[in-house]
Order: sequence, then structure tokens, then C-alpha cells
Amino acid sequence: MTDLTTLKYSEEHEWVAADGQTATIGITDFAADALGDIVFVELPAVGTELTRGDVFGEAESTKSVSELYAPVAGTVTEINQAVVDDPALLNASPFEDAWLIKVAIADGALDGLLDRDSYIAITKG
Amino acid sequence: MTELHDASGSSPRYTPLRARHEALGASFTDFGGWQMPVRYTSDLAEHHAVREAAGVFDISHMAEFTVRGADAAAYLDHALAGRLSAMTIGKAKYSLLLAEDGGIIDDVIVYRLQDDDFLIISNAGNRDAVREALSARTEGLTVTVDDVSDDYALIAVQGPAAEQILTEVAGIDEVSVPWAEQKYYSWASAAYNGKPLLLARTGYTGEDGFELLVASADAEALWDAVLTAGESRGLVPAGLAARDTLRLEAGMPLYGHELSREIKPAQAGLGRVVVADKERFVGKDAVTPAEGARVLVGLTAEGRRAGRAGYAVVDADGLVIGEITSGALSPTLGHPIAMAFVDPSSTEEGTAVFLDVRGTRIPATVTALPFYRRKK
Repeated sequence: MTDLTTLKYSEEHEWVAADGQTATIGITDFAADALGDIVFVELPAVGTELTRGDVFGEAESTKSVSELYAPVAGTVTEINQAVVDDPALLNASPFEDAWLIKVAIADGALDGLLDRDSYIAITKG
Repeated sequence: MTELHDASGSSPRYTPLRARHEALGASFTDFGGWQMPVRYTSDLAEHHAVREAAGVFDISHMAEFTVRGADAAAYLDHALAGRLSAMTIGKAKYSLLLAEDGGIIDDVIVYRLQDDDFLIISNAGNRDAVREALSARTEGLTVTVDDVSDDYALIAVQGPAAEQILTEVAGIDEVSVPWAEQKYYSWASAAYNGKPLLLARTGYTGEDGFELLVASADAEALWDAVLTAGESRGLVPAGLAARDTLRLEAGMPLYGHELSREIKPAQAGLGRVVVADKERFVGKDAVTPAEGARVLVGLTAEGRRAGRAGYAVVDADGLVIGEITSGALSPTLGHPIAMAFVDPSSTEEGTAVFLDVRGTRIPATVTALPFYRRKK
């Protein structure tokens, strides 16, 4: 089980787990719950250069469509094909099995992201 | 992540079942100014439960009007597009309330309670417009129209197990017509704990089912009783998300999507609802769509990416030939479905078109509605 307090968060409900120069990115349980049952996920190609705030993909539920915004700048090094094949993973395991992409980041890429408490405060906004 | 499509509203209203929904852990959404349960657990699970067993929906936000008086039947023939005077007591009929210019103010279901006593159920978001139009059309007739929406709750029990479950709900008795003999689009009277209960065999899911009209004060007890009776038969509480995908699969129009003041009945495939040979009714002179007006069709696509309301329908050259009004990945069929208004030249079944899904062109095929039809 991931310790959620070790993650960084964006105001657009993405989470980031940094390990050296690699950041793993996903969406939060709050976002997955708000969408409802997720039935389609689109992710970028490996090698895509992302600037913070870029749209890097989409998640669709039966009810709505949401764009996914890059919480950090970097180059996509890996995508999670399992979640493309089975988008329901996003509802079942948003912080573990349903990570979306891994990105090679530069120093300071995480600056300005929220900690767990600040993010929770937003979701209660 | 940002919601691209979401409803919002102000000064929300709640139905008498609010506390029940909250206790069940429902997520709420704005619908026509009401805070309604959008889902309890999973849209898809709720959808499948209705197709395979049963679901119970709170639809108390919908509006109810009584139409009473010696001229009630003649009044409805004038005020609505159908011939309601021909309906026998005990029956229900789908009809349209048209504006003078032939546009659709609302779609309604009319129940004939007595010779001179009718009930109209309309959409929540159109309650004020319906009340105004109905009231404005009574002139010179012995008829009284009352908005009784606040007095009643409406609970829909839908799905193949609905009838069996309702026969087992504690507290429902004095049913005027044996359950198995109640026909689709008819109603029966009953008592719930000794108080009047109207059982209408109507719905908005494409399944067999009932809509139960009960005094607001009795709504919670009836809701609980339905859940208790249905639990062992697979009934679950279901929200608006499931209701929307269910009605879309069944090819049923949703006001504000397939129906509006700018759409004439025949464009939406509802020409049969309009009895054009009636001597006169509001909207008659303007009910024919303009030459070349777009027509509602069904569209199916492959893959999992759905076209959504507002997306363009284009031809092979990229020319816009229509617009989607509702769309989703069909939970029952497993592929994308949509309803769209398209140019008359592209309405034939089998016509190949494309959906412009946020810049990506997805091939689709014009298909007869409904997408899903229950086995009899």
C-alpha cells in the first residue's frame, strides 16, 4: 500500500511519486470517484516531451470526459498499458495498479506541487 | 484533471428521499436545479442490475399536474399534440407540449384517471414552462390545472424482476388490477399503508417496470420497503448516470438533448405523437419541419471511445453534416452509441459517417433506434 503522504499532488487531481529522476504519475481516488466508472483511457507515446500543464491524455467515464494534465515537465519514458487495456483499474486501484505514465524529470520539477494535506484541503473546498 | 462536461446550478433542491441517498453513500449531481443521486456505487453495476434484475430510482424531481373538469379531455386535445380524449380510463400516453411555433416545450406522460380527471408527469427542468403553458391554454373551458409536484414523490422500479419484487413489497395492497394484467402504459390504483398509491407501468430504461406515485410523507417508508423486498432479487438503488445510459440504449429522447424549443416533433422521430388531423391544437400551424431540417438518427461505432453531446458528425470529406445530442459507451452492447441530428441526406440506415471526437475522426454507422430492445 502506497503511503499517500509521500506523494505530491496537483490541483488538477494528479499524483506524482518521485524516485530520483523518474516521476510516476496517476490520478487520485477523488478524481476517479468523481468521474464514475472509467471506460476509456488515452495515454501519450513514449518519448513525448511534456511541459507542466500539457494535456497528456484523457479519461472517459460513462458520464463524462476529463483531460489529464501533466503535473510536471519531462519526457515520457513508460506508459501503463494495463490501464489502457482495463480502464476500470483507475477506479479499483488509482494509486497503485493504475499509475498512468513515468516521466524523466529534471531537478526542481516537483516545485510548486501540493503535499497530501494541502491537496485534501482542495478536495474539501 | 478538469471536468470538460459537468452540470452546475444554484440554490439546489432536494427530494424527500435526500437522507436515504446520503445514508446509501450516493454522489449527487445537479439536474434541472435539483441535487439528485448520480450514482450510489458504480454506474455500470447499477446499469447492469436494471437490465438483469432491477433498480430503484428516485425521480421525485419530476413535475406532476392534475387536469380536472368537464372539458378536461377536450382541453388536452387542444393543449397537447396527441388525441388524449381517445384514451380510455386506466391508460397512459406519451405526448408533447408544443409552442405556437411548433417547438417542443416538453415531453410528458398523460394518465387518464377518470373521464374528467387526468394526471400529467413532466420533466423537472421544465416545470415552470409547462405550468405556464398549461395554464395559458384553459381559456373558455371548464377545466382546472394544478401543479401538485410538491405533494408527491415518484419512485421508479425498473427491470425484469420489477413486477415480482413489487408483489412482495410490504404495505402495498388493494391493487386494482392484478399485477400480471397491468399492461405497459397503463396504471392501477393501490394503497400503501392505507394511503393512496398510483402504480404506473411506465419507465425510462427500456425495461419492464413501474413508477410509483406516493405522497411525499410516505416516500421514505416506501423506498425502504422496495429495497427490502428487492434485495434478495438483485435490486439496487440506481442513479441518474445509469438512468441516462439505460434510456440512451433504449433510444429514448432526453429534453435539452434530443428535444428542445428549436426542434419540431418530426425531426426527433416523434411525428407519430402528433395527431395532425385534429381540428386544432397549439402548434398545429407550424408543426411541419422546414425543408432540409436535420433529423434524429442513431449512430454506432467500434472501439471504446464515445462521441458526446455537442460533437460534430462529419462526412468523408470532413464536412459537418450533423451534431451528437447524446452519446456513451453502451454498457450493455460494449461499443459506442449516440443519437445525433444529421442532414436528411445522411439518415439512411447503414450510411457511413465520422464522429469528430476532439479532433480524432472515428468511423460510425447510421443505425435504427433503439439500440437495445428487451426480450418480451
